[in-house]
Amino acid sequence: MTAATPALAGSLRPETPMQRAWRRLRARKAAMFGLFVIVALVIIAIFAPLIAPFDPTRQSWAAVRKAPSALHWFGTDEVGRDLLSRIIYGTRASLAAGVISVGIAVALGVPLGLLAGYGPRWIDTILSRITDAMLASPFLILAIALAAFLGPSLTNAMIAIGITATPIFIRLTRGQVLAVKVEDYVESARAVGNPRWRIAVKHILPNVMPQLLVQITLTIAMAVIAEASLSFLGLGQQPPAPSWGSMLNSAQRFLTNAPWMAIWPGLAIFVTVLSFNLLGDGLRDAFDPRERG
Amino acid sequence: MFALIARRLLQLVPTVIIVSMMIFGLQQLLPGDPATIMAGEERDPEVIEEIRKQYRLDQPIPLQYIYWIKGVMSGDLGESMRLKEPVSRLVAQKLPVTLQLATMAMLIAILIGVPAGIISAVKKGTFWDYLVNIISLWGISTPNFWLGILMIFLFSVHLGWLPASGYVSPFEDPWQSLKTTIMPAFVLGNSIAGVLMRHTRAAMLQALSSDYVRTARAKGLGEKRVILAHAMRNALTPVITLGALEFGTLLSGAVLTEQIFTIPGFGKLIVDAVFNRDYAVVQGVVLVTSATYIVLNLLADIGYILVNPRLRA
Repeated sequence: MTAATPALAGSLRPETPMQRAWRRLRARKAAMFGLFVIVALVIIAIFAPLIAPFDPTRQSWAAVRKAPSALHWFGTDEVGRDLLSRIIYGTRASLAAGVISVGIAVALGVPLGLLAGYGPRWIDTILSRITDAMLASPFLILAIALAAFLGPSLTNAMIAIGITATPIFIRLTRGQVLAVKVEDYVESARAVGNPRWRIAVKHILPNVMPQLLVQITLTIAMAVIAEASLSFLGLGQQPPAPSWGSMLNSAQRFLTNAPWMAIWPGLAIFVTVLSFNLLGDGLRDAFDPRERG
Repeated sequence: MFALIARRLLQLVPTVIIVSMMIFGLQQLLPGDPATIMAGEERDPEVIEEIRKQYRLDQPIPLQYIYWIKGVMSGDLGESMRLKEPVSRLVAQKLPVTLQLATMAMLIAILIGVPAGIISAVKKGTFWDYLVNIISLWGISTPNFWLGILMIFLFSVHLGWLPASGYVSPFEDPWQSLKTTIMPAFVLGNSIAGVLMRHTRAAMLQALSSDYVRTARAKGLGEKRVILAHAMRNALTPVITLGALEFGTLLSGAVLTEQIFTIPGFGKLIVDAVFNRDYAVVQGVVLVTSATYIVLNLLADIGYILVNPRLRA
C-alpha cells in the first residue's frame, strides 16, 4: 500500500508541456530517425580519431583515385587520401559550423528580439528596420560577401553564417514576445512589481522556447548547407583540413575518372541536413497545441 | 488600398538606407588598411595612394559613405579593379543571364511544386501524399551544388545528352540556349519546388476544410470542380506570393549553380570578384541583389493586396 501510493500519485501528476512534447516526438518515426542520425553524427565527430581508418590528410601517390575497395571503403581522392576518413573528420567541420554559427545567431538574436518585443518602442523601431534590412539581402550572398571581407577560413565562415542568420531569431523572438506579453501571467508578474528584465527572462523566454527550439533545428540544417557552400567556393574550411564542401569542389574535376569522389561528401551533407529537417518538422508538430495525441 | 501601398513604400525607405549602410560597412571589415589590401600583390605606394584617393579612403567614414551613396544613386557603383570596367556595366551584362536562369527555375519549381502539393493535400494520408512529402524533403535537403554535379555526371558524362558547361543566349540560338540552361535551371528550381509543395499542401488542406468548400460540396458540385475552381483558387494566392519571395533564394542559389555549370552570370561575377579581391564588384553585386529582392518583396506585397478582397477595400 505504501509502495503503491507514490506510483499512483506519479501517474496522476499532470504532464509538463516538455514531457508531452517528448512523448509526441517519440511517436513520430521520421523525427526519431533524424534524432538518431544526429546523435550518431555527434558521436562520429567526437570520436573521429578512433573511428577513422586512416589519417585524413595523409597523401599516398600509390593510391591516387582508387575506387571503393576492402581497404578504402569509400575510395581515395586525387592525392590518394582515404575518403571515408575525410568524411568522418569532415563531420566535425559541418557540425561545428552548424552549431556554432546558430549559437552566434541565437546569442545575438534572442536578447535583441526580447529587447525589441519587450523594451521601449524606439528600440523596437530601430531593431525592426535593421532586421528588415538584413533579411532583404539573400542569405548566401550576404554570407559570401561577409566571408570575402573577413577572409577565407572556417571560423570566419561560421561568423558570417551566424551574423546572417541573426535576424531570423530577432524576428521570431520579437513576434513570440508580442504574442505572449499580453497574457495574464505576464500581466500578473508585472502587477507584483517584477522588473522588466526579470519578466522577460523568467516569464516570457520559457514560453518562447518551443518555437525557438524548432527554429534552431531548422537553421542548423540551413547553416550546414551554407558552410558546405562556402567551403565549396573556397571561403570556408581551408585545405588540407577536410570539409564536405571542399571535397565536392575537388571531386568536380574528376567526375569522369572518379565519380565516387562526388558521391560520399554530397550524401553526407544530404543525410545531415535531412536529419535536422526531419527533427525540426517533428518538433514543430510535437509543440503544436492544435495537434492531437 | 492606396494608403496601404503608400505606407508599404514609406516603410521601405529606412530599409533601403540601412541596406546601403550595411553594404558600405563591409569595406570596414577588411583587416588593416583597405587601400593596401585592395592593391593586392601590387605594393607600389603610388598605386595605394591612387586607390586611397579614388575611394576617398583618406576622408572620414561618414563622408566616404555620402560620396559612395551619391555615386550609387546616379548609377555609379565604382570600378572593377581587375577588369577596369564600371561595375554597373558588368552588372548590366551579367544580370539578364541570372534572371533567365532564375525565371526558368521558378517555372520548373511551380510546374512541379504546385500540382504535387495539390495532389498531396487531396490524397492526404495515401501513398501519393507520402511520396510528395519524400520528394519535398529531398528538394529541401539536397545541396544544389551536389545535385548539379550528379546531373552533370548522368546527363553529360554518362549519357552525353546535355553540355556540362557554358551558356548560349536565347537571342543567338534558342534551342542551344535551352540545352545549356535546362540542367542548371532544374538544379536551382529543385529546392524551391520542395518549398512550394509544402506550402501548397498546407494551403490546400486549409482551403479544403473551409466552409465555402463544404457549401460547394453541399450544392452538389463535382469533386473536380470543388478542388479546381473553389479550393485551389483560394489556396494559390498566398503560394504565388511566397513564390515571389523565393526569388531571393534563387539569386543565392545561382551563385553555386553558375559556378558548377560555368555560366557567366551574377553568381560567377561575385565569386570571381571575391577571389580577385575586387571589392567594388562584391559590393555592387550585393547591392543590386538586395535591391532586386526588396522590389520583388514589394511587388509580392502589392500583388497580395490586389488579389485579397479584404485588403482591397
